[in-house]
Amino acid sequence: MHIKELEFEKPIIELEKRIQELKSSSSDEGFDLSKEIKDLEEKVNDKKMEIFRNITAWQRTQIARHPKRPYTLDYIGLIMEDFIELHGDRTFYDDLAIVGGIASLDERTVVVIGHQKGRDTKENLKRNFGMANPEGYRKALRLMKFAEKFSFPVITFIDTPGAYPGIGAEERGQACAIATNLKEMASLTVPIVTVVIGEGGSGGALGISIGNYIYMLEYSVYYVCSPEACSSILWRDVSKATIAAELQGITGKDLLKFGVIDGIIPETLGGSHKNPEETAKNIKTTLKKAFEELCSMPTEKLISQRYEKYRKIGEYSTI
Amino acid sequence: MAWKRSVEYILKPKKRKGIPEGLWSKCLACSRILYTEQLIKNFKVCPKCGYHFRLSAKERLSQLLEDDTFEEMDANLESVDPLKFEDSKKYPQRIKEAQEKTGLKEAVITGEGVIGTYKVAVGFFDFPFLGGSMASVVGEKICRLIEAAGEKKLPLVIVSASGGARMQEGILSLMQMAKTSAALSFYSKKALPYISVLTDPTTGGVSASFAFLADIIIAEQGALIGFAGPRVIEQTVKQKLPDKFQKAEFLLEHGMVDMVVHRKNLKQVLLKIFKLFYIKSVSSIRQDPVVGVERKNSNTNKG
Ligand SMILES: [Zn+2]
Repeated sequence: MHIKELEFEKPIIELEKRIQELKSSSSDEGFDLSKEIKDLEEKVNDKKMEIFRNITAWQRTQIARHPKRPYTLDYIGLIMEDFIELHGDRTFYDDLAIVGGIASLDERTVVVIGHQKGRDTKENLKRNFGMANPEGYRKALRLMKFAEKFSFPVITFIDTPGAYPGIGAEERGQACAIATNLKEMASLTVPIVTVVIGEGGSGGALGISIGNYIYMLEYSVYYVCSPEACSSILWRDVSKATIAAELQGITGKDLLKFGVIDGIIPETLGGSHKNPEETAKNIKTTLKKAFEELCSMPTEKLISQRYEKYRKIGEYSTI
Repeated sequence: MAWKRSVEYILKPKKRKGIPEGLWSKCLACSRILYTEQLIKNFKVCPKCGYHFRLSAKERLSQLLEDDTFEEMDANLESVDPLKFEDSKKYPQRIKEAQEKTGLKEAVITGEGVIGTYKVAVGFFDFPFLGGSMASVVGEKICRLIEAAGEKKLPLVIVSASGGARMQEGILSLMQMAKTSAALSFYSKKALPYISVLTDPTTGGVSASFAFLADIIIAEQGALIGFAGPRVIEQTVKQKLPDKFQKAEFLLEHGMVDMVVHRKNLKQVLLKIFKLFYIKSVSSIRQDPVVGVERKNSNTNKG
């Protein structure tokens, strides 16, 4: 959680450092180094292209978990106006690992819900690293029912390592809370659009991600079992996460191929944290387009479109 | 669909891995030596300490359904290898081994059958088949079962025993949770009872989808039931887990299941529920067990 620079990004960072040095020495000492600088800048761009275009599933996972990556509340701030956060599941407590509320997306009132990670240790304690307890899922469902009542479309942002595996979570029905959301979201009478913005960690991600359309940000990942867990189950060794990530097919491209998602939203080269505004703009464009279509759909069609999408998922033979 | 006299799924006590073989069996809980025949007569529950041995899908089927009444659905569905998944073994190889070991094609058997005098749509998970894990085929079979139950207006009974979603089919396994739960959201609008029986163990993707979405949830005595596995939880919270944590009785205490039932009473409880839900009996099935055609006729347009 402490890394700011990812290992595979080091060649880029080295080059950028050199450019910085050249720039300061040219201004301090009056040398004309513009040609050298220009060459290096080209080199940096080439390097970036080379690295990020051929990025592995594990490297993507690292970007998806980057501590500087924009989180749900960041995107809400960048994409929507007049956000009012609504709290609590009305049963037990307010789980801050999932946030939600009402906001305006280009003059359209929406209910927005998402996992929320913390930016530092203190906030992460509060937000439980984005790992929700049952109450988070119940709060989300309460807000979705609220959306249904007022015919507000629903947006969900996915970014969690998984649902919290804790004692209290089990006592208060983690499995039941997630299951209930899956069922209720399937027949919700308003449009739901989901965007995986970081980590789509298994059932904990799925619990708020049943949508008419599911999108993934370019560097986000979505899996049934984290690469580390997969690696330790298969080889009793966490260090093979790189292989496990590749094996499981966790990237947007993989999920698009299997018909699980409907599109990939481009990010700034190297990840949305390098330019949150740009990525936010891309998300906004996608959401607006989706709602233009979905909000004019008759309710029955809306529900059947959503069901058919999931009904088709799976591969098998019928010999 | 015609009734089929299928003897394939009738339990004949025989040796199988993980299940006591021979004349004597050892209780996994109290270590007493038990007479195997007596153990089987006792529903594979230790007569001394009440420990419930795990049952295979076929054993469960023969304990609950009347002889010769099961008609399997979608027996032709088989797993493929969408991710070309290979760790120490290739996924198709694992499937093949599981098939050989269990005599089943996949981790769940689904179909129609008669419990007592009630016709039901029913699914039985097989834990010995890759831990009863759910991937594309299991999800598809459960979905089709739910849909068939809805169309034929049958009550639905699913007996779960599963470690959760199957890793080897990646995201497709995860999505079966969504798919089966969505199918249930339509079934539940028809006011037909869905009874979920959670047996040892029911965790992960199965517990966090259709298994916990029933009108009545029955947990079998002593069964481990939960979302995360106890080891993962222990590693996360770094403290000792409470006594009886994630056991059926613990879930009852916390309001997560409707009842905990001893295996020998399970069928009676189901029959009582069907009666209270006004489910029509298949007439005189017991008195007239041979005439399959009549059974079918007496069964049309029932609800
Ligand atoms: Zn015993």
